[in-house]
Amino acid sequence: MTASTAPPSSAPLLAIRGLSKAFLGVQALDGVDFTLRHGEIHALLGENGAGKSTLIKTLTGVYQRDGGTVALEGREIAPRGVEEAQRLHIGTVYQEVNLLPNLSVAENLFLGRQPMRWGLVDRGAMRRRARAILMPYGLSIDVTAPLGRFSVATQQIIAIARAVDMSAKVLILDEPTASLDAQEVAVLFKVMRTLRSRGIGIVFVTHFLDQVYEVCDRITVLRNGRLVGERRTAELPRLDLVAMMLGRELEAAAHRIDLGPAELDSRPPLASFKAFGKSRSVEPFDLDIRPGEVVALAGLLGSGRTETVRLVFGMDRADQGEATVDGRKVRLKGPRDAVRLGFGFCPEDRKKEGIVGELSVRENIILALQARQGWLKPIPRRRQEEIADRFIRLLDIRTPDAERPIQLLSGGNQQKALLARWLATEPRLLILDEPTRGIDVGAHAEIIRLIERLCADGMALLVVSSELEEIVAYSRRVVVLRDRRHVAELRGGEVSVERIVAAIASESKSGEVRQ
Amino acid sequence: MTSALQRFLPLIVTTAVLVVGFLLCAAQFPNFASWRVVGNLLTDNAFLGITAVGMTFVILSGGIDLSVGAVIGFTTVLLAVLIEHGGWHPLAAFAVALIAAGGFGAAMGGVIHVFQMPPFIVTLAGMFIARGLGFVLTTDSVPINHPLYGELNDIALRFGAGGKLSLPAMLMLGVVVAAVVLAHWTRFGANLYALGGNRQSAELMGVPVGRTTVAVYALSGLLAGLAGIVFSLYTGAGYSLAATGVELDTITAVVIGGTQLTGGYGYVVGTFVGVLIQGLIQTYITFDGTLSSWWTKIAIGVLLFVFILLQKGLLTVWAGRGGEPAEA
Ligand SMILES: Nc1ncnc2c1ncn2[C@@H]1O[C@H](COP(=O)(O)OP(=O)(O)O)[C@@H](O)[C@H]1O
Ligand SMILES: [Mg+2]
Repeated sequence: MTASTAPPSSAPLLAIRGLSKAFLGVQALDGVDFTLRHGEIHALLGENGAGKSTLIKTLTGVYQRDGGTVALEGREIAPRGVEEAQRLHIGTVYQEVNLLPNLSVAENLFLGRQPMRWGLVDRGAMRRRARAILMPYGLSIDVTAPLGRFSVATQQIIAIARAVDMSAKVLILDEPTASLDAQEVAVLFKVMRTLRSRGIGIVFVTHFLDQVYEVCDRITVLRNGRLVGERRTAELPRLDLVAMMLGRELEAAAHRIDLGPAELDSRPPLASFKAFGKSRSVEPFDLDIRPGEVVALAGLLGSGRTETVRLVFGMDRADQGEATVDGRKVRLKGPRDAVRLGFGFCPEDRKKEGIVGELSVRENIILALQARQGWLKPIPRRRQEEIADRFIRLLDIRTPDAERPIQLLSGGNQQKALLARWLATEPRLLILDEPTRGIDVGAHAEIIRLIERLCADGMALLVVSSELEEIVAYSRRVVVLRDRRHVAELRGGEVSVERIVAAIASESKSGEVRQ
Repeated sequence: MTSALQRFLPLIVTTAVLVVGFLLCAAQFPNFASWRVVGNLLTDNAFLGITAVGMTFVILSGGIDLSVGAVIGFTTVLLAVLIEHGGWHPLAAFAVALIAAGGFGAAMGGVIHVFQMPPFIVTLAGMFIARGLGFVLTTDSVPINHPLYGELNDIALRFGAGGKLSLPAMLMLGVVVAAVVLAHWTRFGANLYALGGNRQSAELMGVPVGRTTVAVYALSGLLAGLAGIVFSLYTGAGYSLAATGVELDTITAVVIGGTQLTGGYGYVVGTFVGVLIQGLIQTYITFDGTLSSWWTKIAIGVLLFVFILLQKGLLTVWAGRGGEPAEA
């Protein structure tokens, strides 16, 4: 933490020139230039696979570069490992952050740089300093507890705190906000701004363009391992940025289809839930979903959105209220009941709950359909191939062929294959939990367009999303949740980002009673 | 402090088993609860305890070392040959044996790291090589008659009524204490746990993975060499078939002591208690006099099984409890 006061010399903080790196046939980086100045937050953007993570890993010595130079404050560096990069005061949170769940929080924060006294680790000092380090993030937790006990978001903050504490010169954050909620992101941005004011340079990788425009001073865009360009954030309109990332002009974000509330309500609901709820999960709610409409659930992380869709799909069993489909009372004891009623569900954590990595794209796509038919009646191979090929074409899933193991596809394409799995069952109600999380802008826009097309065909959609602008773009109705309650419902023309935010932020007066 | 209790639970259970076992033995045999028995327990299991400490580190780091028994055997032969046939002073022979054993371990660690080979295979090969080398030196059991051996065997701290702490026992206790310090008060120790937790994450957090891997196998080899010296003091001979199967006994002690075979979780002290439990069973059977000594193996087998189930149970309970209470 001593070098941070070094006077900004004429040389930029970090100057990367002509950096190249290839993996077995893939040119992940091809002569990339990147300049980081003292006291700036610099967004490194690009679609999935553009080479952002590779740039970071090559810079910090995880990978050895094939060519190019890196200079830190004018001096050439070539770290041969993370340890060496850390000694040069470059702190990094890698995309696959995993700290060590078996070590305590304090040990994670100080691994490799423990405070020493008389040649031994000073565990007392380590605990004290760990608490101090976490203070600015509002985390007052037992630092001697194993890290694995804490939520993913907390672990992420600890990883960030560790990197920040080591980054006397450069801080690199590779998609650090994926599992953070709005408040946590706000705290992170505050810390980043403080560091910037101390002259530290920050490289920030994210998929959230709002965040880019909120904190970043400058933007560098990569595409297919090449540099597209560097711009000042203030001088780069959003659409131009997206065009730079995609390499093509993107039609203006999806247009709103307005359906007056009157017409909305005149349709008989497909599925209707009355006082439906589960204690300690989500409070009883009323919810009608009509054919051809998109109902979005908005709210902060932990507000009860995911819990709501789990109830609707029968993954959790409601302990009160009733559900009717087509006017008939139904029991939802498990996902099988839901599937029989024509419901489909794309979960948020597609790695854990959705895709089966080793199976081929085709096998992943026909999985739900086969399950509904029963495993005793296998779908003929020919038919499977037809279905897979149709959806690969329809959803533009980028894969050389249907037989490729799905784990080799990029995140956005995996998500589309997962969508295809449920579309193949021709569901009447499809539930999407964070359909655009962690996927690149291009696939993002396509998925939104797809959602609109599906509704036009009469399918009903229940969508959970943290991206308010997206919600506004495609939803006819928005249910806002807070503290595990449904607190507001906006319809048709009422739907706007401002009103959603207001509903999320409003205090629990206005007639609602808390607990 | 329920979290601390949870973490130490396997250790507490192991220790409770040792204490209860000792009390049961004492209830059955009137002269069991004596300092003499305790002293002998420590001496008889010294070589096992020293080896098991090295094994604990290797397993904590996510590896395994199957070569330790063979290295002990090789060391006893090397000492006998150098001292008796070569006319070396035992201290010089000790130094050479420690360097050879440590170097052998380091070489295995290097192969494991550089070629990314499974430790199981590499150390299995190491086991055959070390055994084979012992036989190349000599196939006979060679008695060691150097006067220093007698003197070293006479060194003892006497305490209580008839109790004595022999040199091997002192060495073992010293190794255990040093190992606890190494595990919890040095960067090397933290790196070991990190490596056993998740190799890739450890690397991304700046742990020198290669250096740590080489060092931990070198340490295991070195301690096996030290155990070989203790073993040759204890038996007064060098024999290439000495200490066969000791690698499995040490792994057993480590697991009974609460260390997870997959790495990352466990304590050196637990291993020490695990060694004592094995020794206690052995002592019981000696006291009884009518039981076949194979009952030792059966008892240890059952105990091992129970402990693994216990660990599995604890892990399931923890996983079920989930993370923090979910409030914003
Ligand atoms: N360790 C690796 N081995 C082989 N290919 C890799 C490896 N890491 C990245 N790649 C490839 O390099 C390209 C860039 O990937 P990456 O840097 O992860 O992109 P980004 O972080 O921008 O999404 C991709 O085509 C990816 O498949
Ligand atoms: Mg990446």
